[in-house]
Amino acid sequence: MDLSAINPILLIASLMVAATPLVLASIGELVVEKAGVLNLGVEGMMIVGAISGFAISVETGSPALGLVAAMLGGAVLSLLFAFLTQVALANQVASGLALTLFGLGLSALLGQGYVGVKPPPMARLDIPVLSDLPVIGPILFSHDPVLYIGIALIAIVWVALKFTRVGLVLRAVGENHEAAHALGYHVVRVRVLAILFGGACAGLGGAYISLIRVPQWTEGMTAGIGWIALALVVFASWKPWRVLLGAYLFGGINVLQLNLQAAGVAIPVEYLAMSPYVITILVLVIMSRDRTSAPGSLGRIFHASN
Amino acid sequence: MIVLEKRPQPSRLWSLATPVVAVIITMIAGGLLFAALGKNPVEAIRTIFYDPLLGEYAFYYRPQLLVKGAPLILIAIGLSLGFRAGIWNIGAEGQYIVGAICGAGAGLAFYPTESVFIFPLMVIAGALGGWIWGMIPALLKVKFGTNEILVSLMLVYVAEQLLASVSLGLLKNPEGFGFPGSRNFQSYDSAHNAELIVGSGLHWGVVAAFIAVILAYVLLNKHILGFNIRLTGEAPRAAKFGGVNPTRLILFCLGTSGALAGLAGLFEVSGPSGQISIDFNNAYGFTAIIVAFLGRLHPVGILFAGLLMALTYVGGEIAQSSLGLPSAAIQVFQGMLLFFLLALDLLTNFRIRLSKKGSV
Repeated sequence: MDLSAINPILLIASLMVAATPLVLASIGELVVEKAGVLNLGVEGMMIVGAISGFAISVETGSPALGLVAAMLGGAVLSLLFAFLTQVALANQVASGLALTLFGLGLSALLGQGYVGVKPPPMARLDIPVLSDLPVIGPILFSHDPVLYIGIALIAIVWVALKFTRVGLVLRAVGENHEAAHALGYHVVRVRVLAILFGGACAGLGGAYISLIRVPQWTEGMTAGIGWIALALVVFASWKPWRVLLGAYLFGGINVLQLNLQAAGVAIPVEYLAMSPYVITILVLVIMSRDRTSAPGSLGRIFHASN
Repeated sequence: MIVLEKRPQPSRLWSLATPVVAVIITMIAGGLLFAALGKNPVEAIRTIFYDPLLGEYAFYYRPQLLVKGAPLILIAIGLSLGFRAGIWNIGAEGQYIVGAICGAGAGLAFYPTESVFIFPLMVIAGALGGWIWGMIPALLKVKFGTNEILVSLMLVYVAEQLLASVSLGLLKNPEGFGFPGSRNFQSYDSAHNAELIVGSGLHWGVVAAFIAVILAYVLLNKHILGFNIRLTGEAPRAAKFGGVNPTRLILFCLGTSGALAGLAGLFEVSGPSGQISIDFNNAYGFTAIIVAFLGRLHPVGILFAGLLMALTYVGGEIAQSSLGLPSAAIQVFQGMLLFFLLALDLLTNFRIRLSKKGSV
């Protein structure tokens, strides 16, 4: 065992990379849940985003086009969920599960020809001068652009929810859909748009894994990150900045356990590998005592006749 | 303009018809999918749905239906109890794995002793293992109000790591030349879940699945506990006023579904699969969710739905070898089935009316 092989600067830098798929998927899901919809299909939308982004960037040679395709892929899949829950008024838990099961199958089917292929590399956004700073440079100013997009999204969602009219309507729909309907807001329209946003974010998060973090395609490569993203929203008590905090916490745990595996710590690999999931459960237990922050209409079906 | 009108009561007719209609639509959509993959759609559908039942080699495939259907039915019966009451155990895959590990461990502990008590002991250990894995989300939900969906799912990933750990360590075959995986139960008579009638596919897991169907039917229709489960699902407020104890219901539903999934795991690992290995589990725990919904959360419905889903597995394997249909296509096919089913459920709960203008 050689713990000195773990470089703290690289550790923090890679923590931010590991956290980015979580940041993207959770902030999307946060908006969806704020609108009163529980979409359990995050894992499915992520994996479909991962393969559509991967396939398009391999075919076109452009990572940027791949990221756009990933957002589209996630959004198209979420449209299925929107149809089931908002038009066909199906149970949201069951529909979300269906989305995940379907997405895992679909991605495996689409990805058959892409196993072992290398995607075109994503250029790092080395910010001049700042990235040359010691310690802070490699940690903060030497990443790919998507990582910064993730952080920017958190800020945008925070501002939008807190200070804009759109955010107010969204929250009204999520807190009490009957009241929002009575006020003349289009509950279903708002929710469908929120679901599409969530799908695009999850798709982008998935593509971040297959194009930047790993980067290659393997079946089922999201490995539960979509579900952890769902747990993160609970952890964050539906507050945007806490999503960022939580994602970095989980990213940190994951990077640390991978580093410990590589360093050959005396703990068996399997027990290190299960630690992110165990810690997710522990965090859920601690956070679930506070139930007041969940949106009031979360997971309930809305139909104007009621 | 099309207007949805809520039915005072769910339509009985549509509730029975939607699974059938969903299967038919899935066949059509699946045919289009297979055509898009460059396969003859008619031939593919026939290979999946007809050949295993009545084709030339059906005598070989029919037993496979029981082998694949039994774990699906066993798990889905347990899940349906909770789903009816709004208790969402989606981590059956984990309970299935832990049940298999515990049951197999109990058997292997006695190797090479031969005794009639070993297999019953393994069955108990398997059920107990699944039960414990199911009780974790149950206790956390009861004590802390933790979301059982996320906890039970996280435990699947924990169980998968546990499985990797024991197949490389604790339960590894000492005479296995270093290969991962446990001893094979086929060469250990007392612990082997053999076919009861040779060539029929009928093993103890199939028997257990039938018993579970009957017991679940009796529970839901004749027992106060089953009534409380249905009441909680259909009228939560009435259940609250009626004095239904939600804590007991959560513990019972998650514990029972865990135990049944654990049993399914034990029967699988000691019979058809034969040994604990890193990937002995066929994701039955997730497919069983589809089975539970396709069977309308009704025990008899689940029996048919489980056999149908087994048919897609068996037929899918045939199509894989004879037509080169990718196995992922079958996964997509199964996922589509759940989509269409959920969408069609609209007809069960709502009446579709045409009105002159949007006069709502």
